[in-house]
Amino acid sequence: MTAGRWALRAASLGAALLLWQGLTALDVNLWLRFEQFPTVGEVASTFGQRAREAAYWQDLGSSLRRIVSGFALAAASGVAVGTAVARSRIAEDLLGPLLEVLRPVPAIALVPVAILLFPSNEQGIVFITFTAAFFPVVVSTRHAVRALSPVWEEAVLTMGGGRGRVLFSVVLPGALPGVFGGLSVGIGVSWICVISAEMISGEYGVGYRTWQDYTVVDYPGVFVGMVTIGALGWLTSTAVERAGRRLTRWLPSRDSSGPVPSSAARGRAGLLSWRPSREPAAAAVPALRAASAGAGPAGTAGPRSGAETFAEQTREVTP
Amino acid sequence: MSLTQADARTGPGAASHAGPPGARLALRGVRLGHRGNTVLDGVDLTVEPGEVLAVVGPSGCGKSTLLRTLAGLLAPLDGVVEQDGVPVRGPDADRALVFQDDALLPWRTVRANVELPLAIRGNARAERRRTAGQWLERVGLAGHARKLPHQLSGGQRQRVQLARALAARPRAVLMDEPFGALDAQTRAEMQDLLVDVLAGTGATVVFVTHDVDEALFLGDRVALLGTGAVVPVPAPRDRGATHAGLRRQIINSL
Repeated sequence: MTAGRWALRAASLGAALLLWQGLTALDVNLWLRFEQFPTVGEVASTFGQRAREAAYWQDLGSSLRRIVSGFALAAASGVAVGTAVARSRIAEDLLGPLLEVLRPVPAIALVPVAILLFPSNEQGIVFITFTAAFFPVVVSTRHAVRALSPVWEEAVLTMGGGRGRVLFSVVLPGALPGVFGGLSVGIGVSWICVISAEMISGEYGVGYRTWQDYTVVDYPGVFVGMVTIGALGWLTSTAVERAGRRLTRWLPSRDSSGPVPSSAARGRAGLLSWRPSREPAAAAVPALRAASAGAGPAGTAGPRSGAETFAEQTREVTP
Repeated sequence: MSLTQADARTGPGAASHAGPPGARLALRGVRLGHRGNTVLDGVDLTVEPGEVLAVVGPSGCGKSTLLRTLAGLLAPLDGVVEQDGVPVRGPDADRALVFQDDALLPWRTVRANVELPLAIRGNARAERRRTAGQWLERVGLAGHARKLPHQLSGGQRQRVQLARALAARPRAVLMDEPFGALDAQTRAEMQDLLVDVLAGTGATVVFVTHDVDEALFLGDRVALLGTGAVVPVPAPRDRGATHAGLRRQIINSL
């Protein structure tokens, strides 16, 4: 990544902030009304004030804990279910129809179910977060496992490998690039749902606080909430993406089809692993939309289309 | 005939890689195909222990199906497939399969690919590493052990496949047009390499190809899948030998 590209990215963010500051400071009212909007300065000073309070960090911790536990559960069970459905006819017949019926239900529409089902709000919110990430992971895992070349499996079978060996030496590693496509989508959708669920039924959490601020007409507070959501979304999706790149370094790159010296590969991968992604911004935008629209039905729409975008990102790492 | 030929295939490494004797493979009245679609019918074929049987036939005539059935990946629709008189019920480490291309696990390094059959066999880590190293050296890729398959050329990848197939000392090696995707020069090199690395293993080899010259160079016998005939080759694995008459006969029969 060149300094020029870094500068361009920083300039893009800076220009957006400048535009925001200009529109709000001048109270622009051209069909879109900015007179009620807090300025960048007001949001920044509110943020500084909040960041010194324990409540802010408690909210942040609650949201993060919910998303991490819900997402981890979704990742593990999503990969397991997706693999089972793709590999076993019985699993496909037993689970397939159930998954297809449940998949279109937006996770956020499960709030009533969660309230009925779970003794505490906390568990309900984790459940909703789990459901949000679960389906993208299942679907992408299923596709990735089905798309595996049968030659790899046959090779391992003719080495005397059994089902377990095929699963752990061929199916899971081979499906990983596709699985991470689902995980990237899943973490984005998870944020939308955790924030929305908190707005509806939380007691703590960034979403809950943002909605509280809105009901008491503390607009700078609302924007602090949004900025926090954006930053957390960026953090978690970057973490998922980093893990994905690290685990799928073996993917060949698009521009080098011939033999490449491996030392160069290692050097470049090391440098490029610090490259920030474009994905967090995409994940943050729907989150903002969900926040400003109250609990909108944004839960079903993934911010990205999954595997292909992810493949493109992982390609940047390997030579 | 076969045992003497296996013994004749000696070379460097014969002592350290003296594997178990080759398997006798037999197809008796076998009907081959996928899910009821017959590709070949009435196949009777015996592969003697330690021999190299080249199988030629036009593309689409069921060569790959034949190999997959021998490997145990595909059940015959009719008849029996036997190894040493015992019916084959599924794939087994005794019968290694070498594919045309892209059969190496792309997420494993070259060495890890060669170590895989050894790991499946339950060898300890140190032994795996040592054996894989020896085999990579034999196929001339000792310096590439840490690379990933996509960082190698097509010919190099096939060398790795060869090392992977032979590392666990299978009793039979089934090769499905392993050099079919290579250019002529690389292909000739690979044929010589194959002859070299097979030396001393004693493994039975079934080598499927659509290249008659390749079949005549490598095979102790050549099976013509179209007609079902099996013809012996007078001087196998001798670059100087000319088989003009035999070659014409085979080409005419295809």
